[in-house]
Amino acid sequence: MIYQVGHTIISPLGFSSEENYRAVKSGKTNIRLHENEFGLPEAFMGSIIENDLLDNEFSKINHSNFRYTKFEKMAILSIYNALQTTGIQANDHSVQFVLSTTKGNVHLLENLDGFESDRIHLWKSAQLIAEFFGNKNEVTIISNACISGAAAQITVLRLLQSENIQTVIVVGADMLSKFIVSGFQSFKALAPELCKPYDKNRVGLNLGEAAATIIYSKTNDTVPANSIELVCGAMANDANHISGPSRTGAGLYLAIKKAMQSIQPEQIAFVNAHGTATAYNDDMESLALTSAGLQNRPVNSLKAYFGHTLGAAGVLETIISSLAIIDNTALKTNNLQERGTVAPINSLMQNQTCTEDYFMKVLSGFGGSNAALLFRKTR
Amino acid sequence: MKLGIESYCRITNEKVIVNDKTIAITCEQSWLTDIYHSAKISYPKFFKMDNLAKSGFLGSELALQPLEFDKNTIKEDIAVVCCNRSSSLDDDTSYQKTIQNNDDYYPSPAVFVYTLANIVTGEISIRNKTMGESAFYVMEQFNPQKFCSFAESAFLDSNIQACICGWVEYYNENCDVLFTYITRNSKNNKELNIDTIHTLYNL
Repeated sequence: MIYQVGHTIISPLGFSSEENYRAVKSGKTNIRLHENEFGLPEAFMGSIIENDLLDNEFSKINHSNFRYTKFEKMAILSIYNALQTTGIQANDHSVQFVLSTTKGNVHLLENLDGFESDRIHLWKSAQLIAEFFGNKNEVTIISNACISGAAAQITVLRLLQSENIQTVIVVGADMLSKFIVSGFQSFKALAPELCKPYDKNRVGLNLGEAAATIIYSKTNDTVPANSIELVCGAMANDANHISGPSRTGAGLYLAIKKAMQSIQPEQIAFVNAHGTATAYNDDMESLALTSAGLQNRPVNSLKAYFGHTLGAAGVLETIISSLAIIDNTALKTNNLQERGTVAPINSLMQNQTCTEDYFMKVLSGFGGSNAALLFRKTR
Repeated sequence: MKLGIESYCRITNEKVIVNDKTIAITCEQSWLTDIYHSAKISYPKFFKMDNLAKSGFLGSELALQPLEFDKNTIKEDIAVVCCNRSSSLDDDTSYQKTIQNNDDYYPSPAVFVYTLANIVTGEISIRNKTMGESAFYVMEQFNPQKFCSFAESAFLDSNIQACICGWVEYYNENCDVLFTYITRNSKNNKELNIDTIHTLYNL
């Protein structure tokens, strides 16, 4: 069995998984209007980690003079915190790192800020992150747009099939910058207010910064009750459009169908979906969930708590959902006031109790990629 | 699991090789456009792509050409896996120029969309109507062992029967591409292994 032995979220809602979960359960968000941020000519709604807070926390664990970027600090801090209670030696040969990110240090293209030019490469950051923990295995780097964090967990399942690997540390991280925000603005994809996933009046997404780490180990022994098992995962491509979601949800449906091979819809406590709050994404998901027979299962999106955290999203949202199922809670979709997707789905407007053992995480993104992961809470 | 390479294409700044044969390229415009014309491909979307997507498109197209690959029916059992060193930095640099100065600020969605490396896997999936998994990995330099393990990992999904697997690097006008078409239970005697991939890359 492959199961979670530790995790951490670094986000504007807190620097531990529990802090983040408590904030979400009580309906908090740090998504707010940012004016004159990153030198952007246009304001945007987003969720940004305060540099001073991050630097302060990071200085407690970094005892060298080596300079790290914000992206690297977020990633390292999340791994460090996740390791704390596990007893795992991250420098061991049997430990493998997986990095999920869309853009890494791309902000350095604007101004290198004293860093060497190779620092804009994802592999360079990955090396520095692994080196911080003394790990010498080559990091597996996944850059699969919005599904990166789910694709990375599918990689975890595959890496752990290898005899030599006992533990995989998967970290998802992305920082915001003029580069990323201006691009989404040019797409006209951003909402001018707090996003409204699955709402009739949704108009677009909010962006957010986060790093999130899950440590997975494998065992043949029984694990403690309330552990979270990563059961299986699958990906599929829409083969339809490079940036627009499929109009039918065929690719996402295919991924869900593969991930659900061993269980029935009734066994699923909730589906933590992508729910970016763009018109097309949420409609597409509603069609795919309906095709998969999940239209009556509770569905939520966490985007109106954290924003869309890009390469971190799949890992971060898995952690929140894991804590929720242990807490027997299906979380609501924040800021959902009136449901309005092309196919009616059971998107939650209030937190509610759940008793089933499984939850599903789904993601879709640019490049036509889709992913579905199935998790189980142990008894 | 015996995986075999049915066909391959190698592209660098100097040459194009498909299944051990060097392809003659008529040099008229830019290298990638010249390859497109020389290979008699007709796919107008090519001209909208960034250099990375063009490189991956051509690599996959030329690797599949000798197989008379069916591009018309939806195939749920074929995966597309790509990897490289520089992610989408070539297009990232182009996009950065459009936002560098607020006096000359014109962010374009048509440029921004290619700032995601995995768009190339999307382009290849659309062209070939493949709905298996698509994945994009980054590594410091071409590594035959990693290349093989990424391809093999796609076949761990038992539904997958074939994989279009490529190294696709384009940055600072340096084009470096190796595409393979790999199948499960191959009848071909070119087995997927580190030595074979090493040899094909160094052709």
